[in-house]
Amino acid sequence: MGLDTFGKGIKRREDPRLITGKGTYVDNMKMVGMAHAYILRSPYAHARIIKIDVAKAKAQPGVLDVFVGKDMEALGSIPCGWSHPGLITPKHPVVAIDEVNYVGDPVAVIVAEDRYIARDAADLIDVEYDPLPAVIDLEKAVASREQARVAAAHADVHHAGAHHDEAAAGEAIEQTVGAEVKAALASQEAAGPHLVHNEAAHNTAFTWTIGDKAKTDEAFAKAAHVTTLRIRNNRIQASAIEPRAALASYDAASEGITLWMTSQNPHIHRLLAAAFVLGIPEHKLRVIAPDVGGGFGSKIFVYGEEIIVVWASRKLGVPVKWASERREAYISDAHGRDHVTTAEMAFDAGGRITGLRVKTLANLGAYLSTFSTAVPTYLYGTLLSGQYDIPTIFCEVLGVLTNTVPVDAVRGAGRPEATFLLERLMDTAARELKMEPTAIRRKNFIQPNQFPYQTAVALQYDSGNYEVALDKALEMVGYADLRKQQAEARKQGKLIGIGVSTYLEACGLAPSALVGSLGAGAGQWESALVRVMPTGTINVYTGSHSHGQGHETTFAQVVSRELGVPYENINILHGDTETLPYGWGTYGSRSAAVGGSALVKASQRVREKAIKIAAHLLEANEADVELVEGKFQVKGAPSRSKSWFDIGLQSHLAHNLPQGMEPGLEFTAFYDPSNFVYPFGAHICVTEVDADTGQVQIKRFIAVDDCGNRINPMIIDGQVHGGLACGIGQALYEEAAYTDEGQPLFGSMMDYALPRAHFLPSFELGHTVTPCPHNPLGVKGIGETGAIGSPPAVVNSVVDALAHLGVTHIDMPLTPEKVWRAMNAM
Amino acid sequence: MAKIEIKVNGKARKADVDPRLLLVHYLRENLNLTGTNVGCDTSQCGACTVMIDGQAVKSCTVLAVQADGSDVTTIEGLAQDGKMHPIQQAFWDNHGLQCGYCTSGMILTSVEILKHNPHPSEAEVRHGLEGNVCRCTGYHNIVKSVLAAADAMGGK
Repeated sequence: MGLDTFGKGIKRREDPRLITGKGTYVDNMKMVGMAHAYILRSPYAHARIIKIDVAKAKAQPGVLDVFVGKDMEALGSIPCGWSHPGLITPKHPVVAIDEVNYVGDPVAVIVAEDRYIARDAADLIDVEYDPLPAVIDLEKAVASREQARVAAAHADVHHAGAHHDEAAAGEAIEQTVGAEVKAALASQEAAGPHLVHNEAAHNTAFTWTIGDKAKTDEAFAKAAHVTTLRIRNNRIQASAIEPRAALASYDAASEGITLWMTSQNPHIHRLLAAAFVLGIPEHKLRVIAPDVGGGFGSKIFVYGEEIIVVWASRKLGVPVKWASERREAYISDAHGRDHVTTAEMAFDAGGRITGLRVKTLANLGAYLSTFSTAVPTYLYGTLLSGQYDIPTIFCEVLGVLTNTVPVDAVRGAGRPEATFLLERLMDTAARELKMEPTAIRRKNFIQPNQFPYQTAVALQYDSGNYEVALDKALEMVGYADLRKQQAEARKQGKLIGIGVSTYLEACGLAPSALVGSLGAGAGQWESALVRVMPTGTINVYTGSHSHGQGHETTFAQVVSRELGVPYENINILHGDTETLPYGWGTYGSRSAAVGGSALVKASQRVREKAIKIAAHLLEANEADVELVEGKFQVKGAPSRSKSWFDIGLQSHLAHNLPQGMEPGLEFTAFYDPSNFVYPFGAHICVTEVDADTGQVQIKRFIAVDDCGNRINPMIIDGQVHGGLACGIGQALYEEAAYTDEGQPLFGSMMDYALPRAHFLPSFELGHTVTPCPHNPLGVKGIGETGAIGSPPAVVNSVVDALAHLGVTHIDMPLTPEKVWRAMNAM
Repeated sequence: MAKIEIKVNGKARKADVDPRLLLVHYLRENLNLTGTNVGCDTSQCGACTVMIDGQAVKSCTVLAVQADGSDVTTIEGLAQDGKMHPIQQAFWDNHGLQCGYCTSGMILTSVEILKHNPHPSEAEVRHGLEGNVCRCTGYHNIVKSVLAAADAMGGK
């Protein structure tokens, strides 16, 4: 394959092992004396634990031990990794101690010789619960807060000098308002919703705002037209096909523990597990993430199970493995989305946006998961300008605690929610203003000459050319003709819809100092170690982690280009905290933009030193030596050259290096991006709705995406396909729904509807290339664009198909029943 | 305990197993054939698909004792003489996988699809794959791989 692979869709080198059954997933691993952990989980959404009797389970042959929350009381609380001013963080024990807060909350751990015995023994544990009322519905959860706000606003009128910031009113009540309000509040609380955690009044963990409220209110006061939508963004589950798993092995001699786990970011897992929960020095914990069968966000976060196996292995002195069952995955892997939003968009008479006002209730579940507080705020509120030039925006987000599985990032994380409401607003406004949906978008696009573009909500977009992508998508779908066909079809009673969505996302997270100032407990740089071996081959150690993204291939393509070393001679290593420089892992489409840039930086340093060595060996001036097609040669005298073999060998032998030069040839680089990257695109979905049943069928799906420079187009297309399937899944099929009592209605893949092959069309992809101006590869991200752009395209399409029946909006997922009810105005 | 004899990837394997042992666990734990994966425990995802007497079956809901006397092929037994099966090759050529976890099951189901219908249409491939879930590829390249394999196998 050689030197010229960058930009080519070469086949993946990781595939042969995976398609012949030789992958190393965590649950494939066995160790001598290994025991299996099974976790007994709460069947109640909210209850006090009165008593747990584990004696019978413990007495079973083959059971090594049984543990309950009290046994692990000394462990730290599972931490949240992103703070907000005034954030309330309820204590999150690894195993519940005296109260369970969602169906799935761990209550006991059985460790046995095999998984069958462990599971049997779980049935013998007797737990006595005192059920408590569960808080499930988002609006009901914060109802007392809303009542208090109204009361406080009312009291403000009477109390001159009282707090005027409505957004902060919830927090300010206790300090500033009078007895009448307190009394009102007390009586409402007595009658109103219960608290998930007593420390979080009104079930609110935080209130977060961004933008200029006064300016936005003024824009609305002057608006010629206001479009309002109430949108529920449905709760979904990542559903990686490989369930989470963890295997811990304690070594009594070194008092160290090795933890193999399904991780997207082994260093983050080590840091949080060691320092915050286990209370052991980081160097005593080695985290290895071998082949990981998909993540989609769900394998970013610190969960109790990996702590449990470490704790149990140390306690029992044997390796302990836990492998999630699917049933268990649905009630223990973090969920995603779950917003209730009221959004208003103000327009002038000509259809230009003059302001956007958004209020969102974001479900956090029962505890604060690792990035849960960042997702509905910095990954959502800051995206609310989309591709549009919006002069003023104000967004308020309430982080709401409920008795449900914790909610965190799932593919796209915050950006699909922002895009969905913007693109639904644009279509709804177009209909109200009698404008063509593409025309209203064009009228409001940020223009190419406006970059870098400063939004009203903090972000500064790096580059973009939005109209070109839309034009391309419209051309691919044959838009004008399609509209005519749609009109014809409608005359025959067929319900055809055409849905357009234009999206932008911020990914490649992002300057460490900036995110630190905003509350992140993590840095956002990435590392790379590029090591030239004595024979001139290269070992690359990256802090990014690949769980299906194909880094072993694309990263080798990058280094091959930088160093002129044949692709075959480059080996990519990742996923082991013991051998890798520190790195923050893979999520938020950051691997190419941040991890790849670190590779470039480290490679450049290697190249500089290699040129010095070559110049010395060739007895030439350093400035006269160049790297051409993998050879270091003297300019104008290509026969005088040295190969990578020569340089690699000499750097290791150190028999003949320049005076004072250190032996070896390797560099570690840390790349901290100066900005996010901003991929964008336009998606068009053509649907047909069955007039009798409400069943939606996708006839065509066109996605034009711009992720900057393209390292491997085949892998990029694959990422888009997968993202589209996730987004279409959210739009049409998927929902992690609860009963009012907090019982999950998604117990297995029989209840949680994942898209299957015959639900989806063949996707039609196009692309434009607008390089990122601030990273050395010029790349943006592509892993999440499909999941961000597609849900509004699907919903816009279905609403378009039904608009003449008076349908203006349907909340996702667009199940046949919901669609049927909407079209029959039920 | 129950005595079983199963021919696995051409080799007779005898064992004394707990009657409730699932075939997938027998293959993975007892025989170390970990190419067969468990994704859902309820026969929904198909990651555990193996061939039993030439038929694609989900091994997470089959007891090992039920497979007694049968001929089982797992993903490890599909390549012959170190050469990938044409369907495996097609998955590699067409980027028919990303994380690889569902892939063994996808490939074995595809063997069955092409056995019954050597020249399937795209819609027939999609329907044939309905018992296998992939979360990475959106199925686009899996379907492409199966169609390419059908071409490569020329109706065999």
